[in-house]
Order: sequence, then C-alpha cells, then structure tokens
Amino acid sequence: MKKYLSFFKMRLMAGLQYRTAALAGLSTQFVWGAMEILIYRAFWLEHPERFPMGMQALASYVWLQQAFLTLFALWQWEQELIQSVRTGDVAYELIRPMDLYGMWMTRSLALRLGRALLRLPPVVLLGSLVPAPYGLRLTVSPAVFGLFLLSAGLMMLVVCGMVMFLYALTFHLTDPNGVQVVATAAADLLGGAIVPLPFLPAGLRRIAELSPFGAMQNVPLRIFGGDIAGADIPRAMGLQLFWAAVLIAGGWVLMRAGLRRTAVAGG
Amino acid sequence: MIEMRGVNKTYRVRRREAGLGSAVKSLISRQYDLIPALREMSFTIPDGQIVGYIGPNGAGKSTTVKILSGILRPDSGVCTVNGLVPWEDRKKHVARLGVVFGQRSQLWWDVPVADSMALLRDIYRVPQAQYRRTLDRLTALLDLGDLLRTPARMLSLGQRMRCEIAAALLHSPQVLFLDEPTIGLDAVSKLKVRQFILEQNRLCGTTVVLTTHDMQDVDALCSRVLLIGKGRLLLDGSTAQIRAMAGENLSTEESVADLYRRFGL
Repeated sequence: MKKYLSFFKMRLMAGLQYRTAALAGLSTQFVWGAMEILIYRAFWLEHPERFPMGMQALASYVWLQQAFLTLFALWQWEQELIQSVRTGDVAYELIRPMDLYGMWMTRSLALRLGRALLRLPPVVLLGSLVPAPYGLRLTVSPAVFGLFLLSAGLMMLVVCGMVMFLYALTFHLTDPNGVQVVATAAADLLGGAIVPLPFLPAGLRRIAELSPFGAMQNVPLRIFGGDIAGADIPRAMGLQLFWAAVLIAGGWVLMRAGLRRTAVAGG
Repeated sequence: MIEMRGVNKTYRVRRREAGLGSAVKSLISRQYDLIPALREMSFTIPDGQIVGYIGPNGAGKSTTVKILSGILRPDSGVCTVNGLVPWEDRKKHVARLGVVFGQRSQLWWDVPVADSMALLRDIYRVPQAQYRRTLDRLTALLDLGDLLRTPARMLSLGQRMRCEIAAALLHSPQVLFLDEPTIGLDAVSKLKVRQFILEQNRLCGTTVVLTTHDMQDVDALCSRVLLIGKGRLLLDGSTAQIRAMAGENLSTEESVADLYRRFGL
C-alpha cells in the first residue's frame, strides 16, 4: 500500500506546481461562474415558480462546480498515458513491481486532487463573498455536509473509474479519440455540466440521473445545495457506489485483456 | 542464472500497399504477415557475467530483453531468470531486476531526482537504512552530488544517464539489463558509466546483459558476446574469438561488421 501512497504523493506534488495554469483557470472560472449565475437570474426573476431548483441551491451548484472543475472534468485526460499505449511505451511501466491499473488509478486521482487543491480555496472564498442568493452558501446541516464530502469522494472514484475505463479501451483501439469525444460530450450533457439535471426534460433527466455520468458532479453538488435531500441522498449515493464498482471492475478486466493482447502483438 | 531454451516469438504485422484503393480493400480483407522475431533462441548466462547482446537493427534484441523482463510472452520455449518464469511471476521477477533503457527515462521529469529515488525506494520496498547506504555508494561512484537535488528535465544527457543507472540499482537487483546505456554520451561520461558497470559487477556480482551498437562498450565491458541476427543466435564467444573469426587484425567493430556481412544480415 505504501508504494501507492508514495506514488500518490508524487503526482499530487506534480499537480500542485502548475501555478500559472491555476491562476489563469481561476479567473476564467470566477468570471464563468458569475456569468452563468447572471443568466439563470434573468430566468428566475421572470418565473421563479417554474424554476426547478431554488436560486440559492443553483448558485451554490454553479460556484462549487467552478471550484471543483479539475476534479471531475472528464476531459482532463493524461494524453501521456494514451500516447504510451499507442506507441507501446506502456511496456516499460511493467518493469515495476506494481499493478498497472492501481498505478494509473492512483496517478489520476492524485493529479486531479493536486490541481483542484490550488483552485478550490480561492473560488470558494470569492463565491461566498457574493451576496445571497447568488453566492455560495452552506444551507444544509453538518451531517448532510458530511454526506456531501463522502459523495464527492465517490464522485472521484466514478470519474477516475470512467477515465481508467477509457484508458483501458485504448489498448483495444488504434485511435481512442472518437470514444473520448463522445464520452466528453455525454458527460457534459448527462452529467449536469452544461445545465444542472433538474433543468432537463423529465425523460432525459431520468436517463441522465441513472447513467454513470449522473453519478459524477450531479450528486455531491446537489446534496450541498439541499436539492437532493432526505431519502434521495442514500439512493443517489448508492447509485454512485454502483457505477464506481462497475467502471472500476470493467476497466480492470479490459486492461488485463488489453495487456495480454499487447504482449502478443509485440508492445 | 538466465536461461532460454528454444524460444520462438512471431509478430503478426498488418500490411497493405500504399494508396486509396488498397486502403479500401483492407477494410474488407486484411492481410497479415508473420514476422519471426526469435527462432529457437537458446542460451544460458551464469550469475555474475557481463554479456554483450549484439546484432543489427531488427535482429530480435529488444524482443529478447522484453521476454526476459516479463513484458512479452513468447510463443513457445522455456525461459527462466533465477528460477522464475518472467511473464508468469512478473511482479516477483521485476522486483529483482534493474533495467536501463538508454532512449527513455524512468525519472520523473519535473521533480528533483531525489524525489524519484525516494519513490523507487517505496515501490521496491527498500528499507531506509539500506536505501541510505546504497544511495551514498551510488552517489560517490557515479558522482551524483548536486544532481540529486536537480529536476530531471534540467540535467544534461550524461548526467541523466548516471542518475538513470543509479535509479535502476537502488533495490540492488541481481540482474541488470542495459539497453544502449552509452548512446549519445560524451567521452568522459561514457568512460564513467563503463567504469561504474564494471565496479558494480565486481563488488555486487550483478549479472549484466548489455545490448548496444557501440563495440567499444563491448570491448570494455563484456567477457562474452552473443551475436544474433534474424532471430537466431549466430555466435557465442569472447570478443577475441570474434576478432579471430574475422581475421586480419581488425577492430571489434570491423570484425562485427564483417560477420554481419558474412551471415548475410
């Protein structure tokens, strides 16, 4: 276990050192968040009764989404890993007495966390300075906040499980680009990245919420704002757990099969 | 001890003619060529030997190294390294193996070399005291000093190669595979690296398999040479024997070139 921890630490440090990228991302995210809230505000002022979420819950959703962006954005691939599979360099990762899946999973988790740690505090701070109901506010009980944290952890597993599944798929395809584009687009729409899922038409919303993409940012961000509450919390988190398990198991099997095949094909 | 007996490995390569017409045709029916990379490869390397594994490009050198590293599974034949079948006991096997690929880096690019070393220590579970001792010894022998505190991307090729070799030896492997370790190095760095390999072999009894195109490496280091071509073992002997075969007072380099021609490689 210690080796995976050290590996985690290493990648975390690597993620932490992109200062300029974080600064640039930071301003983008703040401006973007503010713009989104202004647009939603216009709709909300027009017909507050037809709004599927409370304005406060929505504002918290948007700010947290911006703060956590690098944590769950599916498109934060490591091209390096995909390239290493395409060129066969991945073979040289196998001279380490480690499991490749574990190594890459650790690496993905750490890098996302490292990048997020830089951006999280300032966006959270700025967001909470914005006046209610347009700012970031904690409106739920500490117990629910605890569930939010837990759900955010599950989200990480689902996201990295999905990313690992796509990396593993690379072993079986010549060019994984197409799959990546489709997955990214699906995650944007069905994951609540473009608009929160309550704003989708009922049928699509049901599909989105049951899909693995709906087990990502959708759950923790809405738990935080109180939009998913009561008995819906364990149900949503159960679904997260289910998708995390399916994606991780699927990716692991796919990678194993891929490695065997790569070995046959000559790395 | 490293043993290979009757090892065969064939790659399946997809081939087609250039052009749109054949590109479309290959959508429907694909043609594969079978490329034999190793044919009935057999040799034994006892513990503590430094062996030069040489041959022209495409001879099957890296295929052999990959099989011995447990990365690649041969089609048939027997292969054991210190009693383990590399691809079946991969993790256990690579824990006792050090590998340096001259053309790529195992150091993490953006962090100081010492951080990479510490990570390798944890990956290979080297006890702290032993790690300290080994690193001190390697630092003295390879003249690492300040290099350890420098990010890998800031190192010159020669400096990096010395760090790479140190990184491959941190866990005191019994077997060391060196794949063109002196490629692109200046004269001083080359000499340093060679001297160190000899030292390591003498002091620790490390078995070294060296693949290279640099015959001076072979002259300086190898008591024994395995010459392969087209996937077959063509010659197994000392550099003196190779020179004797070519005759006429040629250097090892010229003798090897002569042998390549003679074997029609």
